[in-house]
Amino acid sequence: MSTDTAENSDVGVGDYQFGFHDSTENYAFTSRKGLDREIVSQISEMKGEPDWMREFRLRSLEIFLEKPMPRWGGDMSELDFQDIYYYVKASDHQEKSWDDVPEDIRKTYDRLGIPEAEKKYLAGVKAQYESEVVYGSLNEDLAKQGVIFTDTDSGLREHPELFRKYFATIIPPEDNKFSALNSAVWSGGSFIYIPPGVHIDFPLQAYFRINTQNMGQFERTLIIVDEGASLHYVEGCTAPTYSSDSLHSAVVEIIVNKGGRCRYTTIQNWSNNVYNLVTKRAAVYQDGLMEWVDGNLGSKLTMKYPAIYLMEPGARGETLSIAFASKGQHQDAGAKMVHCAPNTLSRIISKSISKDGGRSTYRGLVKVEKGAENCKSNVVCDALILDPESKSDTFPYIEIEESQVAIEHEASVSKIAEEQLLYLMSRGLTEAEASAMIVTGFVEPLVKELPMEYAVEMNRLIELQMEGSVG
Amino acid sequence: MSLKLKIENLHVRVGETPILKGVNLEIAQGEIHALMGPNGSGKSTLAYALMGHPKYEITEGTISIDGTNINDLDPCERARLGMFLAFQYPVTIPGVKVADFLRLAVSNVRHPERKEGESLISMREFRTELRETMKQLNMDAEFARRYLNDGFSGGEKKRMEILQLAMLKPKFALLDETDSGLDSDAVRVVSEGLAKLSGPEMGVLIITHHERLLEYNKPDFTHVMLAGKIVETGDASLAHELHAHGYAEVRKRHPEEAAQEEEQQQEATV
Ligand SMILES: Nc1ncnc2c1ncn2[C@@H]1O[C@H](COP(=O)(O)OP(=O)(O)OP(=O)(O)O)[C@@H](O)[C@H]1O
Ligand SMILES: [Mg+2]
Repeated sequence: MSTDTAENSDVGVGDYQFGFHDSTENYAFTSRKGLDREIVSQISEMKGEPDWMREFRLRSLEIFLEKPMPRWGGDMSELDFQDIYYYVKASDHQEKSWDDVPEDIRKTYDRLGIPEAEKKYLAGVKAQYESEVVYGSLNEDLAKQGVIFTDTDSGLREHPELFRKYFATIIPPEDNKFSALNSAVWSGGSFIYIPPGVHIDFPLQAYFRINTQNMGQFERTLIIVDEGASLHYVEGCTAPTYSSDSLHSAVVEIIVNKGGRCRYTTIQNWSNNVYNLVTKRAAVYQDGLMEWVDGNLGSKLTMKYPAIYLMEPGARGETLSIAFASKGQHQDAGAKMVHCAPNTLSRIISKSISKDGGRSTYRGLVKVEKGAENCKSNVVCDALILDPESKSDTFPYIEIEESQVAIEHEASVSKIAEEQLLYLMSRGLTEAEASAMIVTGFVEPLVKELPMEYAVEMNRLIELQMEGSVG
Repeated sequence: MSLKLKIENLHVRVGETPILKGVNLEIAQGEIHALMGPNGSGKSTLAYALMGHPKYEITEGTISIDGTNINDLDPCERARLGMFLAFQYPVTIPGVKVADFLRLAVSNVRHPERKEGESLISMREFRTELRETMKQLNMDAEFARRYLNDGFSGGEKKRMEILQLAMLKPKFALLDETDSGLDSDAVRVVSEGLAKLSGPEMGVLIITHHERLLEYNKPDFTHVMLAGKIVETGDASLAHELHAHGYAEVRKRHPEEAAQEEEQQQEATV
């Protein structure tokens, strides 16, 4: 039975078009609410994990419980860790054909346009629904070349050595409260290995969907791009609109070996009741390149600062981020660049838009460690505020322990000028069309760096956010 | 039948300051009017008020098209009724490509009933038309892909205004010093361009301090503005005379307005 509510009335919450949900009646398993050793052990047991992983989880739980909540960033006072389901399994199997995916779930992905995108321009897809991946595909040629693209649980089972070599080496549970939480209860996510010299021409995409109310989704992604290989990985996220909150707290670890390239594109479009507290970090070795393209349009609170550690000479890192904070939303996002070696290069471009009382914060760190001579870093962050109720702040931190470096930082905050609106309106554009056009123009330098399909998607989402914003 | 843009006893203020103090003017489709007057006399203010700039508040009088009062219409609605203003200082819209902006503008102005989100005019036809029009105005096709007025030279901005005029084909075109800041070749291109565009379907109000534009577009009427009022109206020879001899004679003939002008200037310098 489907309780797909899109046809009913309660979907009109804001302008969010992915706020529908499916029935949870036929779910394979739902843990009880709350978090303790028992729940953590249960998750590990159900997954049939080796002992080391169960112990890792339990140790991480201790760390999580010990660590205080961060005193900076957004307001998390309403976040109740005991009011959350930590493990929910909608389906017993992961399927290789959409036809085999339970109907409700398949329909949801149809509406999100995933199977269609897969046919057109993706080399592989993972669809995670609640805690587990329900569908997975990978282009056969790539599989033959040794590419691994699987869910992280299967990664642990099927590639134990590779897995253990890298898992939690980039982001240990001690890193922060939420990486500890994820380490304790992680489930799903992508495990990717690109062998030396293999190039992936079309993106691999993962799609994360939360369906249950009070759900916690804790995917764990581990990507290894080996020497001279390249990858473009894309993730999208949506959830139903509920009156109570859900939590999404992912950990993403990436290793880019010598001469490798990895581009990781996120289009986060969670509903307004999701706390999105994510830790993402990449380590880049000699002459490698890591790019984070980070679009944050939804959620109640997002705290996310994708980091790049430039480990060896010639390594480069780039973060392009767009944040759109609307009514009731706080986007606290940014980037972190750590220059650990000489002759490394980084660039951060951040654009934020605040509207209808939304709040966006840029929080960024550029760090140059001792001995990392001749580094260059360029940071540009621009904020656009659409009305007097909305807010924007900038917290750029710079820590430099070396003198031979070139660090540039530019920041701007602007409002839509009355003269710009007048100009466009005097050419027959409505006020809404005019502001949408100004906003689209504001993010254009960033959007044009995206592959065509994602640029179109990003513009469409921004237009949706802008609809009904005026008058 | 030709439509009329009628301005009756128009009073406009900016903030607390009254700028226009009873302007009367009638422009019919097919006519060319020149509006001259010293700096600060209120010419741009009139243009903005006609276009519906929210900062320029009408305190008295009416603007009407063919008898319908448009005082309360916003700039978008006025544009869709056929009004167009070539701005004295066109603004920059970063990141918005000229072609994308113009396609939406043309769709709205040619289909005034178009609602937000409804389909745009055909891409192919639009492109062809845009390319042709740019060629006629001696503009490099590359401009269509550039961001609107972003990094344009002063002259390029003015030409961009004329391109928009050509694409939107208004019933009433107001040109606010479109000829200033152009080199002499560009003045010729713009002047010829306007001459080609104007015709029985377009009423034109040319605000200018120069004569070149008027040489190519001989005004049927010339108006002189002083201290927020139109104090004299004549034919093309008046424009010529003002250009040759300045405004001293006009001030002499209208001592009251001249005095007001002086007062205003003193206030401004205090
Ligand atoms: N937005 C504004 N804010 C404050 N004062 C204004 C504004 N717009 C116009 N004014 C004032 O109104 C008066 C008329 O200005 P306007 O720009 O209309 O003159 P103009 O005739 O176009 O002059 P110019 O030939 O120099 O372009 C001036 O004193 C000007 O300072
Ligand atoms: Mg002026």
